[in-house]
Amino acid sequence: MRKVSISLLVMLLFAIGLSACGAAAPGASTNTIKIGINAPLTGDIPKVGEGTKYAAEMWLEDIDAAGGLEVGGEKYDVELVIEDNEAKAESATAVTTKLISQDEILVMVGPQSSKQAVPAGEVANNQKTPMVSPWSTNPNTTLDRPFVFRTPFLDPFQGPVLANFATEEFGFTKAAVLYDVASDYPKGLAEFFKSGWEELHGEGSVVAYESFTTNDTDFSAQLTKIKDSGAEFLFAPQYYNEVALIVQQARELGWEGPILGSDSWGSAELMSLCGDACKGLFFSTHYAAAGATGATKEFIDRYNEKYGYVPDDVGALTWDTMLLIQKAIQDCGTITGDIAQDRQCVRDAMAQIKDFEGITGSMTFTEEGDPVKCAVIVKISDAGEFEFYKQVCPE
Amino acid sequence: MEFFLQNVVNALQWGSFYALIALGYSMVYGVLLLFNFAHGDIFMVGAYVGFFVATGLLLLVSSLGLVSMPGWVVLVLVILVAMFITAFVGVAVERIGYRPLRQAPRASAAITGLMIGIIFETGNLALLGARRLSFPELIETTTYTIGGVTVTNKRIMIVAVSLLLMFALHQFVQRTKWGMAMRAMAYDFAVVPLMGVPLNSIAALTFGLGSALAAAAGILFGVAYPVLSPYMGIVVGWKAFVAAILGGRGSILGAALAGFLLGFIEIFVATIFPSTLRDLIAFSIILLILVFRPHGFFGEAHTSRLRL
Repeated sequence: MRKVSISLLVMLLFAIGLSACGAAAPGASTNTIKIGINAPLTGDIPKVGEGTKYAAEMWLEDIDAAGGLEVGGEKYDVELVIEDNEAKAESATAVTTKLISQDEILVMVGPQSSKQAVPAGEVANNQKTPMVSPWSTNPNTTLDRPFVFRTPFLDPFQGPVLANFATEEFGFTKAAVLYDVASDYPKGLAEFFKSGWEELHGEGSVVAYESFTTNDTDFSAQLTKIKDSGAEFLFAPQYYNEVALIVQQARELGWEGPILGSDSWGSAELMSLCGDACKGLFFSTHYAAAGATGATKEFIDRYNEKYGYVPDDVGALTWDTMLLIQKAIQDCGTITGDIAQDRQCVRDAMAQIKDFEGITGSMTFTEEGDPVKCAVIVKISDAGEFEFYKQVCPE
Repeated sequence: MEFFLQNVVNALQWGSFYALIALGYSMVYGVLLLFNFAHGDIFMVGAYVGFFVATGLLLLVSSLGLVSMPGWVVLVLVILVAMFITAFVGVAVERIGYRPLRQAPRASAAITGLMIGIIFETGNLALLGARRLSFPELIETTTYTIGGVTVTNKRIMIVAVSLLLMFALHQFVQRTKWGMAMRAMAYDFAVVPLMGVPLNSIAALTFGLGSALAAAAGILFGVAYPVLSPYMGIVVGWKAFVAAILGGRGSILGAALAGFLLGFIEIFVATIFPSTLRDLIAFSIILLILVFRPHGFFGEAHTSRLRL
């Protein structure tokens, strides 16, 4: 019995060794460009991971159809290495390390939410690998990190945009905020909104500033406090699964004021979870699918036909990100096969990009690696579509 | 005052879930002296079973063109069917996971429980994907405002159904022969089987009852918080476990009281302090209670007893 098991073990080890050799072989060839995708395929926000994956695969289809990516007159095969970060900060850094050191990727796309993008950016920057986050809006993601870029606008811009919108549109003076204190994105945005609001209406105009912790499902204590505070509207910069719970519970507790959201609301899954309770609400985002034109509409139609639903902002931003890194790689001019040199070259090319016309707006990178671009205010229509309402651009 | 009463209403609903789940922990611990750490995940399974039963039932009703069944009839049916199915899940967990380990050290059983929980979570993830499911709205929400306090029909229903189930369980344990066997087993694990009480049947019954209650809690949870995820049972399960300890070994009244107490502490801490302090303060209070009553509200020492 023991002999059998030992020989089985030996065979197993041998098989693992063989497969490892097999996997290593294509990585050694110089005519393949590897792009890492670090996305939340499982965990709290799986729809975000799905949108990332689908948009990236659609881009790869175009590259494959053209026979590869042309850099400096030579065609290269492109391989996407898609890894799941479970929407957790610690998994995101582990995935980043794996992609950089084991898969030897040239560029990393993702992670999406700031909770993962902030720590993963640290790893990518230390390893001198270019990283582009399509969805992270927290300033810390790119701060003092020359190798880290992003495609969306930033929360220090988004917060005041929303504060202005609530003031001009409704004439409100008293605000309430409910946010997840354990997650970088809601916490950062809540703070930027609060300071923006207080600049307009003075100290103490945010009459309720309530928090909860990731994975909480009952917000009745906080919402009761908010209702009691005399606030005229509620700002909830949360992800789509929590938005459904917050909005429904607020209504059940008799809260009648508007509830305002941020770009994290704009998921294709929001309406199926939230239902009628979310109709008529406003949130800020990167693009509006309903009523889009030109290249944006082309992308939406193609995505819709292929995957059966209208892409959310993550899909659109990932698409722009893929085109951005494609341009950076092509601008770089040569792929030497020395991965460290190539990564540096792509980073430098990325920082040089000016007036890039993406489907979510025009982008020019600042020194921090952040684009300067406009935000869109969207209204959720009675049909459950995200309708364009207003555009707000930085001065 | 209105503010206070509103939070009492909030806490009653939140506490109901802890109480219902704590009962399952407490009964299994009472009878078999083991903590079923998969119990939080059985709660999750119950919610998902409820989801599928409800979706199936709604489909059946609409396709057969039956005279529109009122929502509450569907809900009662869903609760009963899901409780029944989940009871068998609990029995299977006992049969496959715990019975072979009955003579093994308690640590082995605890590890098995954790493992079964992980199998449920990842199995769900593999079968249904990472997408959140939205629990169908079976009864329409009606909001009542009584003296400034807002109550919905759902909240009243949740608290009422929970209390009803606890009362039914109490009656079962106190008044039936099976219940007497469970109490006897809790009293002495070694001698009672010698009197001809079938240990295996009683163990299965205990798991079945506990799992059925967890399923009811899962469905009520789905009605109140209609976003289902594979990991929804973990944190709620831990906290209900603490409530079970606080209530005392095998005590139904204790588990129910402790569950509601935990709900009240959590809601009121979040009302007065920043919510980050909620768990810290809640568990500090529980720790303090356990310092003075180490066996919980209604528990008693069992160290002197013989154990298998």
